[in-house]
Amino acid sequence: MLSFLRSYPTESKLLVVLLLLCAGLAIASPDFLTLVNFTSLLNNNSVNVIWAVGLLVVLIAGGIDISFAVAASVVQYLCVFAFAAIGGGNWAIGFLFAGMFGLGLGLINAFLIHQFRIISIVVTIATFNAFFGLLMFFSGGRFLYNLPSWWSVRVILWEHQTADGTWAELILPVAVMAGAMLATWALIQRSTTGRQLFAFGDNPEGARRAGIPIWLMQSIAFGWCGMMAGIGGLMQSHITREVVPNALVGRELEVLAAVVLGGARLGGGRGSVLGCFLGVALVAVTQNGLNLLGVSPFAFNMVIGIIILLAISSSNLRPASWFERRKGDRT
Amino acid sequence: MSALYRRLVAAYGPELPNLVAFLVLVVVIFSLLSPRFLTGANLGSMAFQLPELGLLTLAMLMPIISGGLNLAIIFTANMAGLTLAFVLNQYGGVDAGIGAFILGTVLALGVGALSGAVMGAVIAYVGAHPILVSLAMMIFLRGLGEFLTRGGDISGFPPWMAVIGHGTAFGIPVPLILFLVCVVLWHILLNHTRHGFSVRMIGSNIRAAEYGGLHTKRTLVLIYTLSGVMCAIAGILMLSRFNSVRVGHGEALLLVTVLACFLGGVDPFGGFGRVVPVVVALVVLQVLSSGLNLLGASQHLATAVWGLFLIAVMVLRWTAARLSERRESERREKGS
Repeated sequence: MLSFLRSYPTESKLLVVLLLLCAGLAIASPDFLTLVNFTSLLNNNSVNVIWAVGLLVVLIAGGIDISFAVAASVVQYLCVFAFAAIGGGNWAIGFLFAGMFGLGLGLINAFLIHQFRIISIVVTIATFNAFFGLLMFFSGGRFLYNLPSWWSVRVILWEHQTADGTWAELILPVAVMAGAMLATWALIQRSTTGRQLFAFGDNPEGARRAGIPIWLMQSIAFGWCGMMAGIGGLMQSHITREVVPNALVGRELEVLAAVVLGGARLGGGRGSVLGCFLGVALVAVTQNGLNLLGVSPFAFNMVIGIIILLAISSSNLRPASWFERRKGDRT
Repeated sequence: MSALYRRLVAAYGPELPNLVAFLVLVVVIFSLLSPRFLTGANLGSMAFQLPELGLLTLAMLMPIISGGLNLAIIFTANMAGLTLAFVLNQYGGVDAGIGAFILGTVLALGVGALSGAVMGAVIAYVGAHPILVSLAMMIFLRGLGEFLTRGGDISGFPPWMAVIGHGTAFGIPVPLILFLVCVVLWHILLNHTRHGFSVRMIGSNIRAAEYGGLHTKRTLVLIYTLSGVMCAIAGILMLSRFNSVRVGHGEALLLVTVLACFLGGVDPFGGFGRVVPVVVALVVLQVLSSGLNLLGASQHLATAVWGLFLIAVMVLRWTAARLSERRESERREKGS
């Protein structure tokens, strides 16, 4: 327990805050602690978590990616046309295409960053404008509804009728979210590449001198983020059953806020999958709670902004140190 | 000629000649492609469009030179505009007098300064990353604005206010005059005052600046406060140009301001950057957008071109740096 507190100070603090928030909401609103509410929270935030774990890898490697949400929109459009060209497709082809298109867009970022030694925020702001401008130009801002049926028909993985007759259900994006979290966890915590990513993010020059191939690190980080962006885009269209070119613009900053709230450091070398999930969860539960308490939806962003500001302002508190001091008093 | 060149570079930074060359090139290309490009009407409309993005870019510039970023600029501008709109509506809307305008402007500048000061204080005294702090402030201000306006527009201002957004004085558009005054102010502030010196030192190495005896925390608060004030000026201009205020007006400009700063040769890590090259970069962006517009392309294509243009400029800078490095090493080999 103490070692968890020490190695994951932000995550454990976030977990405590989240549990307190949930406990408070459970008392304040009878609708909060229900199966239906819980599953709909998972369904509605799965895409954000998929993007968050992708962005996490970039942040760990010391970069930042502004372009991934727009890249997801680009992937959605490319997928619609690719599936039409091959005459339908199925989920396996869908994941393959979305992942590959996303990977490709991510690798464009990685190439520009590595080859020309441009800092990632400059490159991704440039590609953000380029992707978005080209997408709006070629799509003409049109919505697409003619998705293949396998893509747009809701895949329900698990359902359960509660006592009052409403259905609690989990849909495909939740499983994909779990897969994305597991894969990212395996990549950053259980592989040599993951250790190299942390080392590279913490000290790029030191990592280079230790013989870590920098171009490979950049490619893995931005490629992973692009791939998750593509898969998240595929899932987002599955939920909304349409492709809208400017629907995802602006989501990149929300996801970035959630990831950093979850303990990832801008500047590299720190972050965890659990933190990502908790960061997204805190924002989602807050919004959900405000909704259930009957607060005007116009006030949601205001409260979330205050919560993030408070979370940042308290970021110098370290829970592990309280326990250590207490232990020191006794001996 | 070369003496003049050297003096210009010394005063306004090494990026300036290249950017001016770019500007000339783009202007020549567009005037060859479209006969309407070099007309008074087109130049006039450019002069009316530029200041809005320009003022917001100035607001972004100072935090970037200090090694930070202010993602809240758009919504700070919106909030300041809302403040002015509330005061004007309180004092009779269309019939509001000049007194109400002055009061509203002062309050709007105060709101901008306050939101900046809060950000600066959190950044300075908590040590949190500016991207995160300003992101939180952005979400908060957007929420506050949505809460106050319920997502709607606020309009109904005295007709004489249109002078700020659409009028001309001595043949020069008023927004452009406002922008140029702010540019001169910012240039003097950044290059000829102690505050400007502190900003650049903080951007270069904040710890060294602290040990060197600079009051870094107070400077950081001041940087974001001034940035907020500049946002408020932009917000007031936006109000009078659109004759209405809506939270989210100009949202698409947020990342374009960052793009303009980088294009103007500001170091993304902070420490280096000058006002004049950034202004030239803004003019280049405006020329690209207006020129493409005249050729019948949409604003979206212009956005894409802006992004590709930034990449092209960064690649050219990298190539130039490599070439000069190679030349340097060859010279050293010959010498030895």
